[in-house]
Amino acid sequence: MSSSLLLVFLLVLSAIAFHLGRRKALAVGRASGSPRSLHSRPVYYGALTALWCGLPAIVLFVLWQTLESTVIVRLTLSTLPDEIRSLPDASLGLVVNDIKNLAAGNSFGGIKDPAIEAAANYYRHLQDIGSLIQSGALTVIGLVAMVLGLSRISPKLRARNQVETVVRVVLITCSTIAIFTTIGIILSVLFEAIRFFQHVPLTDFLFGLKWSPQTAIRSDQVGSSGAFGAVPVFTGTLMISALAMMVAVPIGLMSAIYLAEYAGKKVRAVGKPLIEILAGIPTVVYGFFAALVVAPFIRDLGARFGISVSSESALAAGLIMGIMIIPFIMSISDDVINAVPQAMRDGSYALGATKSETVRLVLLPAALPGIVGGILLAVSRAIGETMIVVMAAGLSANLTANPLQAVTTVTVQIVTLLVGDQEFDSPKTLAAFALGLLLFLVTLMLNVTALYIVRKYREQYE
Amino acid sequence: MGLYRPFAELQNMTTSESQLISRDDRQTVGEQFVEDARMTCRDVNVFYGEKQAVQNVSIDIGRHEVLAMIGPSGCGKSTFLRCLNRMNDTIDICRVTGEITLDGNNIYDKNIDIVSLRALIGMVFQKPNPFPKSIYDNIAYGPTIHGLTDSNSELDAIVESSLVKAGLWDEVKDRLDQPGTGLSGGQQQRLCIARAIAVEPEVILMDEPCSALDPIATAKVEELIAELRRQYTIVIVTHNMQQAARVSQRTAYFHLGDLIEVGYTDKLFTTPRHQLTEDYITGRFG
Amino acid sequence: MSQKQKTTIEKVNKGLARRYRAEKRFKFMGLSAIVLSLTFLGILFASITYNGYTAFEQSWVQLHVFFDPELFDAKNLLRADYDGLVKKSLRETFPDVKGRSQKRKLYGLVSSGAAYQLQDMVVADSGIIGTSQKVWVPASDDIDMLMKGHIDRTTPESDRLVKDVQLGWIDQLIKEDRLQMRFNRSFFTAGDSREPELAGIRGATTGSFYMLLITLLLSFPIGVAAAVYLEEFAKKNRWTDLIEVNINNLAAVPSIVFGLLGLAVFLNFFGLPRSSPLVGGLVMTLMTLPTIIIASRIALQSVPPSIREAALGVGASKMQTVIHHVLPLAFPGMLTGTIIGMARALGESAPLLMIGMVAFIVDIPGGVTDPATALPVQIYLWADSPERAFMERTSAAIMVLLAFLILMNGTAVLLRNRFERRW
Repeated sequence: MSSSLLLVFLLVLSAIAFHLGRRKALAVGRASGSPRSLHSRPVYYGALTALWCGLPAIVLFVLWQTLESTVIVRLTLSTLPDEIRSLPDASLGLVVNDIKNLAAGNSFGGIKDPAIEAAANYYRHLQDIGSLIQSGALTVIGLVAMVLGLSRISPKLRARNQVETVVRVVLITCSTIAIFTTIGIILSVLFEAIRFFQHVPLTDFLFGLKWSPQTAIRSDQVGSSGAFGAVPVFTGTLMISALAMMVAVPIGLMSAIYLAEYAGKKVRAVGKPLIEILAGIPTVVYGFFAALVVAPFIRDLGARFGISVSSESALAAGLIMGIMIIPFIMSISDDVINAVPQAMRDGSYALGATKSETVRLVLLPAALPGIVGGILLAVSRAIGETMIVVMAAGLSANLTANPLQAVTTVTVQIVTLLVGDQEFDSPKTLAAFALGLLLFLVTLMLNVTALYIVRKYREQYE
Repeated sequence: MGLYRPFAELQNMTTSESQLISRDDRQTVGEQFVEDARMTCRDVNVFYGEKQAVQNVSIDIGRHEVLAMIGPSGCGKSTFLRCLNRMNDTIDICRVTGEITLDGNNIYDKNIDIVSLRALIGMVFQKPNPFPKSIYDNIAYGPTIHGLTDSNSELDAIVESSLVKAGLWDEVKDRLDQPGTGLSGGQQQRLCIARAIAVEPEVILMDEPCSALDPIATAKVEELIAELRRQYTIVIVTHNMQQAARVSQRTAYFHLGDLIEVGYTDKLFTTPRHQLTEDYITGRFG
Repeated sequence: MSQKQKTTIEKVNKGLARRYRAEKRFKFMGLSAIVLSLTFLGILFASITYNGYTAFEQSWVQLHVFFDPELFDAKNLLRADYDGLVKKSLRETFPDVKGRSQKRKLYGLVSSGAAYQLQDMVVADSGIIGTSQKVWVPASDDIDMLMKGHIDRTTPESDRLVKDVQLGWIDQLIKEDRLQMRFNRSFFTAGDSREPELAGIRGATTGSFYMLLITLLLSFPIGVAAAVYLEEFAKKNRWTDLIEVNINNLAAVPSIVFGLLGLAVFLNFFGLPRSSPLVGGLVMTLMTLPTIIIASRIALQSVPPSIREAALGVGASKMQTVIHHVLPLAFPGMLTGTIIGMARALGESAPLLMIGMVAFIVDIPGGVTDPATALPVQIYLWADSPERAFMERTSAAIMVLLAFLILMNGTAVLLRNRFERRW
């Protein structure tokens, strides 16, 4: 953990710089009459010196950390004999792994190639040198920058403004992380997805009726391209989401209506947080419950009536997912219903409407856009939900409309394709990224539409 | 009020105080009772939790009359108005005592159904509150929920006649399917009046119906009130004394929860009997 | 009175009964929706507690072990046949057991961990070699299940994991008070294991702890900084609109997509160590940031403008105003949002599957770069195991996880109630 130690060292250095800068500023202030003659308060001179000392060093540190391993691998590879270097990328990756493992001291069995052993030694050597150079460079840069920063301290130096500018830049950087995350998501799934579509045509993927990626495990098999028609996966996802919405929308909406319009203060104060506990339960718990309690229960119930129910039926997963989404629908509907002005209720009651008539004929139509927005967000959540379906829904991609049969979903397929041993170029692995891209795009569309609708709705009554 | 105190005192000296009932006497004076009353109110008290908002109000509301209720803000006139069709029931902490009758039946009797009561006593609010539905659906709402019509053509007829009575028909007959919220403020308020009369109530309560409207729209609504008097009994709360003078037959003056004076409108504004009434109509409080 | 009005009120009254029935029905539907949700909540908690509470106890068998000096090589105490010691002790306890299959059933009474326990004893104190000791060792998972009533003695022997002969031995052990239920400490102190009776959650909780530590250290400062910029400094323009749309959307992006991001960027591009809490923490940071930013912005919005005006009015810079006056007032709200975000990160498992924190890892991680798993992923792994005893462990692990979550959310609620100001 030498790199974290280095980081701590840099922080300590910066703290010292802060102290020195402040002292120097005080001294300069006294020398030129009163502390008031300084442009800023001494703390800011300290902070500025600390920034001078710390920032360049930390930038270097980050750059070093990200680039070090690539550079070292390159250098190591260049020492290897040509016949190894000319290997295809995939096998080369394995060699690199061997070298890294060997260098880290995990030798699996007796190793074989002296060239690789030499490379591992060289690798370790480079690592040692690298960390030495890094520590040295960082210390020197930090100290030099600190001295430079100290020498700049004078009563005229606008320390506060400069510190604030730096802080501002940091704040702006932090706020752009959201954008970089989105870009990161798009790039990381897009590239792999494009590579997938080089193997499998887009139309086959979108409209194909057969999904069996498992056949493509070995690329040297004849005609082993597998079947990557994602329609059964989509229909499975849709069916489970639809089942979930069939549970969540009526229960969530009716709960919200009852809490907002009928319940007394006390019931509301107790009932709402209780139901919201459902939202805080981890999905893996729901998955466990669906797989071990609900699915067997439904199967036994079906058996009693002579109906054959798959033990990984879509129904169990859908039901439980619906329950997970209830509090989500409830919270949003509650907000939205409460946002309808009291004047609407008064107008309706004054005409002699009962509560339920007011709710059904006035409040719900008025709140409809907001509720629809909430439901869209809930659908997006249902489509993207992973653990419940991974644990309770099946792997077999059946094209069926029967909720008692097993279906599979986009997220289940992503998990199964990517968990465990993977080889990076097979269409099987890449298919997961294609599904991921699709999942991201669909949820993006749902989210943006929903957020737009909800915002418009809020503005209408503000 | 504090600012104009010196001027107010100057005025005090000019009026002949001896003829007026003193400010401390909170007994209601004037013509608070009528023969042939549609609604009667006796010793009505309203409480919000611990706080009393209306004290011992007794007044009659006659047939085919417009009764105006005036008074400074917070004097309890709106609260009292909301007792007349039990709108206060929607507020949990609100409690009403005393007796209010409609055609001889106590409306707070537990045998009285609040739904049919409100079908008989309509209400129009301060801010126009059309439902976010089409103009047609706004009017049809009341008749539909009460099941007043058996066929669509009957409903069409009610919508038309209500809009005609509210003087809105010519303005909206070509766009009945457009949202009621798209109308101008004055049109919205007349739409709300049309909505109220679509269920054929006997009494219409109006809570400052013109306070959110411009003068031209106000004039139209006032015209409409004069028109509606022929068929309905109307109680109107207003801030605007000129409006009370223009539209009503009798006027009731409220002060801090007390009903101070009731009188025929022309008399009350020219020769008030109570010092507080006089203070108010001469503009000593706002 | 006109004829028309009479009929109006009659019509109204005629429909009243029907309308009140509809009203009652509607209200009943609302109430049943709530009751239904709460019932489900109750069933969930009840079934998990019912399945899991027994995991906090464990059956132990007392063995009389003679540490035969002939078996031990003083130079290498680790290499002795500890398994044989256990078996010998069992044979001596039940001398009339004959035949291979009978013996195998007999050895099946105690956990395979018993040998390791003896090994640890010898390594800790080699003085016990040559002595006879009474040692409590964990029973095997099937026996444990029987003791806890999860295996029914009355089912036919062919369907039962614990056979009739074993029942006889068990009864004898119980009579001699050599088979006892004790508090299951190893559940909290051990790492994962293939044997249910030896498996514990220490490794997973440590992994979760390191992961949350990384998440907290990164997401809180970054989230607060982003919120401060957007709320206090940023001008309303297309750029900030874009950031805002991004944040709101990211808050609703499926968590597994963040896992794909972690796999492609942190593992494959930057080459960070697979299965490590470091990568898990980075992924969780990106995932919880939107939550924290949104909560922090709400907290900042609730600080009234008059405070800012007052500070600016005495000549403070915008930055000083924010740091000295606005941030301290908004801090409890930001903290509340962060705790809720952390609770979400603690319960999240899907993205961790993508970055390899789903491996079978016995060792307890010692740092953020060691391979580790997390508590919810441990639950997922155990839930997949066929042994009945793992179902019990899974439920118990869920109880621990829920306890942590309730603690965190409870703290958040307390904080909010304690520091919430109404301006």
